[in-house]
Amino acid sequence: MLTMPAVSCAMKPFTPLAIEVEALVKTYGEVEAVRGVSFTVARGEVFGFLGPNGAGKSTTINMLCTLARPASGTARVSGFDVAGERDDVRRHIGLVFQDPTLDGYLTAAQNLRLHAELYGIDAGVVPARMRQMLEMVDLWDRRDQPVRTYSGGMRRRLEVARGLMHSPRVLFLDEPTIGLDPQTRSSIWRYIRALQEAEGTTIFMTTHYMDEAEFCDRIAIMDRGEIVVLDTPEALKASVGADRVALGTADDDAALAALRDRLGIEATVVEGAVTFHVASGEAFVPRLFADLGVGITSVAVSRPTLDDVFMRYTGSTIRDAETASATDRNREMARALVKAGR
Amino acid sequence: MSATIAEIVAVRVPERSWRSEVRAVRVVWRRDLIRFADDPRMILTWLLQPLLFLFVLGPGLQSVSAGSTDGVDLTTFMFPGILCMALVFSGIFSAASLVWDRELGFMREMMVAPVSRWSIIAGKCLGGTTIAASQGVIVLALAGLVHVPYDPVLLLGIFGLQLLIAFTVTAFGVMVATSIKQAQTFTSVVQMLVMPMIFLSGALYPVSGLPAWLGVLNRLNPLTYAVDPMRRLVFNHLDISEAAHRRLAPGVTWWGWHVPSLVEAGIVLALGLAMLAVAIFQFTRTE
Repeated sequence: MLTMPAVSCAMKPFTPLAIEVEALVKTYGEVEAVRGVSFTVARGEVFGFLGPNGAGKSTTINMLCTLARPASGTARVSGFDVAGERDDVRRHIGLVFQDPTLDGYLTAAQNLRLHAELYGIDAGVVPARMRQMLEMVDLWDRRDQPVRTYSGGMRRRLEVARGLMHSPRVLFLDEPTIGLDPQTRSSIWRYIRALQEAEGTTIFMTTHYMDEAEFCDRIAIMDRGEIVVLDTPEALKASVGADRVALGTADDDAALAALRDRLGIEATVVEGAVTFHVASGEAFVPRLFADLGVGITSVAVSRPTLDDVFMRYTGSTIRDAETASATDRNREMARALVKAGR
Repeated sequence: MSATIAEIVAVRVPERSWRSEVRAVRVVWRRDLIRFADDPRMILTWLLQPLLFLFVLGPGLQSVSAGSTDGVDLTTFMFPGILCMALVFSGIFSAASLVWDRELGFMREMMVAPVSRWSIIAGKCLGGTTIAASQGVIVLALAGLVHVPYDPVLLLGIFGLQLLIAFTVTAFGVMVATSIKQAQTFTSVVQMLVMPMIFLSGALYPVSGLPAWLGVLNRLNPLTYAVDPMRRLVFNHLDISEAAHRRLAPGVTWWGWHVPSLVEAGIVLALGLAMLAVAIFQFTRTE
């Protein structure tokens, strides 16, 4: 009996969990933005938060990085409580927000130096570390130019470099690649992966991009303040189960009728192809040819994608969510205009 | 590239201590200075209005006021007031960067750093004070043009008083900035407050023999207690008649009692500290 608490205390420092969240709740007035979420993230894991806008992803991140106080529930980041041990949490996390947080009037090097000093990094290692981070994001050559002359992609790369400057144990990325071109997106992912391998950084991110979610070790899909499902991308896709079959036929209407009457399948015409879902698509194809009785000109069988997963668990498509995020970009642009007119 | 990553420079973030706070104050302070030094246009913009008052309005009104200034040049009379005006403008406008930081996002970078919020505010006040005081020095350098002597004792005295006033007006600006979320609102609130405060302070006219209502407003205006000791300091070093001294730098009175300069300076300091406290309270309260 007496040894029980001792054991649990002794184990605490060795916890392999980077993030532990237990029944976390956040309310703004009457609105429950986050309604009791629980999950854990292992050290070194890349963990993705997926969900439509307003699902509570950013609110959750804000609580984890001590910018918002939980109404109830607990969260520990790198072993420290986000409410009671704020400073210790802050020392061990890095952040890249969807909105810019750089000082545009300063140069890249000045921004990183300010950051290093704010975090109290030993001045002796700052130049070397800074060079490494800037070289990693290909901005070393432009280190002495004011950030306001940078393109959107360069700024985001600089934000990533800055977020990693102090070797955080957990890096939070809130929509890190939103509004960026595919090339910049993939290079940002390369940096994140490289650093994660070198320093064992845990990555916690939110994203609207399905192909990015594929990079994650595990994904939590959030909707209306709750986590509706949490698993590896493979398992999530498997949970949707059905493969998608798209047919080119000689007569689509006849094919739709035949599918309904002879095979008991409800199909629809999507982008010129008769489309339906079945459990194992490839095994189903021979039956089609045998039973359909309508000329088939082409067959495409595809595995479920994360889009299908998202649709199934939240009831909306990711494109709706992306439309919403386009509004964010407009807001950002309006802000830049205000700044220019200053 | 993989070689670079393999030999990555290891860094660690130390536990928070008083050193972190000193660092944070210094970072915020230095950032303000870097930006100030990088954009000389800003210096000119902020100085333009006070200098217009001094060198355009002053000589312009000289002809109508000559009879009542006992031989003292109107610009000489206005000089201490203009010094305060320059401090008010630059102190408040450098505090505006707090609002811009919030609007443009940089605030978040500071909010999530392992430092306390009061050090951010303290750094901001220090930055604004430094900038305002250095603007004040530029105006002070023009003293000779308005017949104020370059007496080392006087210059040192003015500089000390400038630091104090610069701190208080910055604290005022920071207090307004922490209670306002939008840059546009900040600008209009400041405009609504600053000009009346300057006009009521006696920066541009002597505070004796005012109409009763104006006298009351003048005594209630905090800026009065910054302008008055400044003017008394300058006038003590001018070679002018006793009559001119009495008429132009009569000093602030409360029900007939002459408030000593030291008390006035104490009022300015106390106000500055109180406003700093309010600013810190408001800033730490926001999420």
